[in-house]
Amino acid sequence: MPQTLEKTTKKLRQFNKVCEILDRYERNPAKLIPILQLVQDEYRYLPEEVLTYIATSLSLPPAKVYGVATFYAHFALEPKGKYVIRLCDGTACHVKKSIPILEALRERLGLTDKVRTTPDMLFTVETVSCLGACGLAPVMVINDDVHGQMTPEHAVALIDEIAAKEGKK
Amino acid sequence: MIAELEKVASEFGNAESKVSRRVIICAGTGCVANGSLKVYAEFIKQIESAGLDIVTELKAEGAEGDNHTSTLLQKSSSAPIRLSKSGCQGFCQMGPLVTIEPEGILYTKVKPEDVAEIVQTTLIDHKAVERLLYRDPVSGKQCTGTAEIPFYQRQSRTVLKSCGIIDPEDIREYIHSGGYMAAKRAYTEMTPEMVCEEMLYSGLRGRGGGGFPTGKKWDLTRIQPGPKKYVICNGDEGDPGAFMDRSVMEGNPHSVIEGMMIAARAIGADEGYVYVRLEYPLAVARIRRAVADAEAIGVLGDNIFGSGHGFKINVMEGAGAFVCGEETALIASIEGQRGMPMPKPPFPAQSGLWGKPTVINNVETLASVPIVIGKGAAEFRQRGTETSPGTKTFALTGHVANTGLIEVPFGTTLREVVYNIGGGVTDDRGNVTGEGFKAVQIGGPSGGCLTEEHLDLPLDFDSLKGVGAMVGSGGLVVMNKQTCMVRIARFFMQFTQNESCGKCVLCREGTKQMLALLDDIMEGNGTEKTLETLERTARAVQKGSLCGLGKTAPNPILSTLKYFRAEYEAHVYQKRCPAGECKALLRPTIDPAKCKGCTMCAKKCPVGAITGELKKPHVINPDICIKCGACAEVCRFKAVSGV
Ligand SMILES: Cc1cc2nc3c(=O)[nH]c(=O)nc-3n(C[C@H](O)[C@H](O)[C@H](O)COP(=O)(O)O)c2cc1C
Ligand code: SF4
Ligand code: SF4
Ligand code: FES
Ligand code: FES
Repeated sequence: MPQTLEKTTKKLRQFNKVCEILDRYERNPAKLIPILQLVQDEYRYLPEEVLTYIATSLSLPPAKVYGVATFYAHFALEPKGKYVIRLCDGTACHVKKSIPILEALRERLGLTDKVRTTPDMLFTVETVSCLGACGLAPVMVINDDVHGQMTPEHAVALIDEIAAKEGKK
Repeated sequence: MIAELEKVASEFGNAESKVSRRVIICAGTGCVANGSLKVYAEFIKQIESAGLDIVTELKAEGAEGDNHTSTLLQKSSSAPIRLSKSGCQGFCQMGPLVTIEPEGILYTKVKPEDVAEIVQTTLIDHKAVERLLYRDPVSGKQCTGTAEIPFYQRQSRTVLKSCGIIDPEDIREYIHSGGYMAAKRAYTEMTPEMVCEEMLYSGLRGRGGGGFPTGKKWDLTRIQPGPKKYVICNGDEGDPGAFMDRSVMEGNPHSVIEGMMIAARAIGADEGYVYVRLEYPLAVARIRRAVADAEAIGVLGDNIFGSGHGFKINVMEGAGAFVCGEETALIASIEGQRGMPMPKPPFPAQSGLWGKPTVINNVETLASVPIVIGKGAAEFRQRGTETSPGTKTFALTGHVANTGLIEVPFGTTLREVVYNIGGGVTDDRGNVTGEGFKAVQIGGPSGGCLTEEHLDLPLDFDSLKGVGAMVGSGGLVVMNKQTCMVRIARFFMQFTQNESCGKCVLCREGTKQMLALLDDIMEGNGTEKTLETLERTARAVQKGSLCGLGKTAPNPILSTLKYFRAEYEAHVYQKRCPAGECKALLRPTIDPAKCKGCTMCAKKCPVGAITGELKKPHVINPDICIKCGACAEVCRFKAVSGV
């Protein structure tokens, strides 16, 4: 399929940034994980073409790069929403009833265990296994902001607040 | 450049002696989440507008700097107030915390709106703001500072001593409090053999879970041939419910670095890694900063203390895999591979990172090292028990009044921790109840459960092993009577099943099987056979797995089966969940003797499952009921049971 000029230049720009990151680590294959982390910070996920590109640049088989990217929970092969909501379901949070919060969030956003990102790419809801703020259990993080002593109502209110700010109902 | 510790310390001491008061604001993760940074900003504003002098960063006299506060230092002759941030003070639930020295006042749950009053009442009028003091829920007594708060009184903070007091971002304060003197001693007055011997004699055992003697591990690595060796600090802390290592890295990062330097001296390493889990961005930032500052000041780098030895530290962030806490998997991860464990031997001491001899130690272990070398092994042994010397940090969570980060000597009883430090067991609404205690889960997914009969058991490596639990990394989850033990076992099983790296069939498939069996039990489909199969599978996974993850995955099941067998049996034979948590087994019924026919439940029921006439007993139709519990909640006569 012929690509439009716009798409091509966008791609080029995309790889520019990747090149910069690769160079920062001297294209050292041992630095694959920090490289993937920085690339993901840049694009918010790891697009397939980028993974292949990284593999070639580091002279690694693409299967290896793909293998590493799928092994670690932090790497996303699909784009995530603008607001990533991570609800802690570690022991402390679990015994203080984190699951009803998860259910309330999913219900509010029409998400499930399988569908974690809203179609408008605004919210992604995930669980994590401890955020290390257990004293405040149950804990929820929206992007980098930690919210403690959560309740289902409070969590939904936070979502509504963001949605309103973003002009969505 | 070679660091002159004494000079740094005395300059800092001079600058600090000009300070009249000190306001310490907790900037650990918990307090930041509760808004402590806003409190900090408000303090700057309020102190300045009250016309008082304030320093946020101490500068040595005559030091150049563009810091507006150092000019303020000279502006007035009155002694300034120093405002600083600290790492976690342990009492996160009561945060944001503000400490005022030298009075030793501790304010809890401080909001920006409270700051003006603190400035006026405490800093200007020298009185305490009573409403912000901690009130002991048991005695109702108001406590001025940590010295009066039971949560702190009964602890023995050693590794955590400076954590929550010193500014983790100011290396000079660490040095002023005696920091890096132990490293200096190790590099200039001791041989590697002497360091290993001292560690061995101290009896320090690894705090990462296994409890292996640190001195022995170091000595094994020391005798390996070859010029290139590594020290790795394991800051992965994957156990859910644990945050001790995080607090140390955030609250006193230099103690970890100093511990690594001493380890490097002991084994002859010139390079090290700190592997921190990525969910801990603040810990990553503080460790990075600490490494950079130590290099800048000349503590870390080439020719350490003029000894001719160099040491370099790299910081790496994990990428979200629990199994990477296992040492061989962690090494694979640093090498850029999938974090899959490898069979041992060879041990990392023989062939570790890039095939070179490597020591891997836990954060808390490393933070204990400067204490051992600085004060001497004999003093270290004074606390704890014969076979488990020293103190241990625990993350106390769950159904207790005071949750938070604690540190006690090994050998302290569970009763002391739960009732005296933790303040007692709470019900689901958070109120302390006399007879609510059911169990404590200790050691995370690799650990086990302790019950009422273990309340007087001393917490140490060997006693816990004896009853099928373990210290693990130190998570202590207190559970009340409303907690279903089958669900707790399932919770941990789900965790290990998710985190299994998939290399071993028994770990990969066995955890899945156990999960399915537990589901059967919780859904009321369990039979005698289910319990039998569960136990057999658990034993098989224990035996047939390669790494600690698989080997310990069955522990939560085995220990609950041992101590709470009756609860499993109630699920299986009577199809009943004694704690009332397993939805499938709930059978809400209305007691006709108690029901006054007020119709509240029928009005509240979302599916219309309740029928009955006014002032006559109501009934629930079990075929329609969705077991939501709404009826029980609204019934003022406690007539609804079984939800
Ligand atoms: C699955 C698994 C996860 C582990 N996670 C950690 C961890 O997060 N932090 C840690 O210090 N040790 C962890 N360990 C233990 C380490 O493998 C290792 O024993 C420890 O870091 C050694 O340090 P120490 O001797 O100072 O305790 C884990 C072990 C296993 C099997
Ligand atoms: S026991 Fe489990 S986690 Fe460990 S190596 Fe085997 S499959 Fe991986
Ligand atoms: S538990 Fe819920 S659904 Fe069942 S009777 Fe009560 S209110 Fe109705
Ligand atoms: S268990 Fe949720 S923050 Fe630790
Ligand atoms: S974060 Fe402030 S007390 Fe723990």
